[in-house]
Amino acid sequence: MDLARFKRRSEHEWEIEPHGAMRVPGIIYATEALMRDMDDKVWEQVVNVAALPGIVKASYAMPDAHWGYGFPIGGVAAFDPDEGGVVSAGGVGYDISCGVRCLHTGLKTIDLLKHQKDLANHLYHRIPAGVGSTGTIRLGPTEMDAMLAGGARWAVKRGYGEEADLERVEERGQMGHAKPGNVSEHAKKRQRDEMGTLGSGNHYLEVQKVAQVFDARIAAIFGLAEGDAVLSIHCGSRGLGHQIGTEFLKRMAISAAQHGIRLPNRELACAPIRSPVGEEYLGAMRAAINCALANRQILTHLTRAVFAEVLPAARLTLLYDVSHNTCKVESHGGRNLYVHRKGATRAFGPGHPDIPESLRAAGQPVLIGGSMGTSSYILAGTEEGEARSFGSACHGAGRAMSRHQAMKNWSGRAVVDELAARGILIRSPSQRGVAEEAPGAYKDVSAVVDAAEAAGLAKKVARLEPLVCIKG
Amino acid sequence: MADIGVRGVGETRERAFEQAALAMTAVIADPAGVAAREQVDVQCEAPDPELLLAEWLNALVYEMSTRKMLFSRFLVQFKGFRLTGKAWGERVDPARHCPAVEVKGATYTELKVSKQKDGMWVAQCVVDV
Repeated sequence: MDLARFKRRSEHEWEIEPHGAMRVPGIIYATEALMRDMDDKVWEQVVNVAALPGIVKASYAMPDAHWGYGFPIGGVAAFDPDEGGVVSAGGVGYDISCGVRCLHTGLKTIDLLKHQKDLANHLYHRIPAGVGSTGTIRLGPTEMDAMLAGGARWAVKRGYGEEADLERVEERGQMGHAKPGNVSEHAKKRQRDEMGTLGSGNHYLEVQKVAQVFDARIAAIFGLAEGDAVLSIHCGSRGLGHQIGTEFLKRMAISAAQHGIRLPNRELACAPIRSPVGEEYLGAMRAAINCALANRQILTHLTRAVFAEVLPAARLTLLYDVSHNTCKVESHGGRNLYVHRKGATRAFGPGHPDIPESLRAAGQPVLIGGSMGTSSYILAGTEEGEARSFGSACHGAGRAMSRHQAMKNWSGRAVVDELAARGILIRSPSQRGVAEEAPGAYKDVSAVVDAAEAAGLAKKVARLEPLVCIKG
Repeated sequence: MADIGVRGVGETRERAFEQAALAMTAVIADPAGVAAREQVDVQCEAPDPELLLAEWLNALVYEMSTRKMLFSRFLVQFKGFRLTGKAWGERVDPARHCPAVEVKGATYTELKVSKQKDGMWVAQCVVDV
């Protein structure tokens, strides 16, 4: 990206001054190196979002920002309903409430490694992953609606997990104001046999080692120590969320003119928060959040069953579950704003009432997924994050190379063998999928996380290294 | 979250739509390995040709997702802003098709349906995978 187009506010803060239709400035948090490598389209998309009605303060992009549809991936934008603010299906993304859940295993890596291969094979056998895979749970219409209203809380009631899990899930496991009735039959049909499935693409279930602790005080509050074995699940609302995104993108694109919204591009499709389409989307989107929370809860249950067989000494408890594709109503500066985070993680600072009491002194855990074979990170929200980005941070490494290019550069088999030689076991139904997800196709997650910390968005707590990766 | 573009080129708008659908299959798996065994009928409509392309691709995403199928042959006909389509394919076999990734939906990014100077039609957009 051409840095001459920015005003450098500080070492890690790059401003696009308001011009044309922009109502607020655009701000990207990144190092100079990440900025230079960033796609030019990010500039364009940050500018377009800044022109939407009712946007508050700034149109933000996180250090891992890259070109998305409408909003950049890594984009954060808050809208005020009292000022004609909008909600955008493209500003949330198709995989509504895609997110990361991290669990303690109660084991040290050294004890787990003795059973590493067995664990990899059992997890691969039991966790439905990849294109066309189905779960064992079939939901009839009544149960579907109960799941969409109840989220992870519904799952626990049905025996998938423990009551204690819910304390460590955003929204205490259940997104309020969800409207299952706003979710189309098509969306429900897509989800009928996809509960408890991982999906494909960049979704994964990973057994990891706590390789490095950066902040001993916060790590202790999070219950993390070097050498611990943990487990992370990255997935979202599956077919249901994708269908809701698809349907509302169309409805918002068609209705924008009726609402007097002039879109520079249809991909920015949005509707006033206080409009029938806007309200309907919010109810459906919240139901999709519950679907994602229930899905990760069921996957947790399946994982526990595998550990019970392979490593009975294990005790899987939640560190946290946080989504990175959402729109949520939050209080910022005394105003209730609709904060869109698309490929961005909520990162509330210490003391925030929405953080579970047991973690509140540390700040909210921010779970950053790596790419297959690279490190993942656990960060904590900071006080400054509130002023910087409505309490938001990055979500992952972000692609540096297209899938097509990755497939040309690597073979799946070679990637699996190379990682095995480094002690990382990959299990995936698709060799091509593995090639397209090769670690080299992604940006350096460490550089992204360092930039997020340097910009004051979140604080590094621990670095995780993969031991086993079940790839969809 | 990641995106990839699909583009269909053909002598008519219909052929360009069919080729765009084939390109979408290629994002998931090699279409040459997908047998055109079973026929699925698709109908959709939209107020303009570009939204109709997104609708067509999204209708196929829905059929792939709910039937657990992949498609390798397509036929498109237009009646005004209404599209009647047929897709032929078979049930996904992970061992044989080696599907890399599922398509979540067609987006309006880079969405374009137009006739080029050389007379060929182009139908394209970015799909979310």
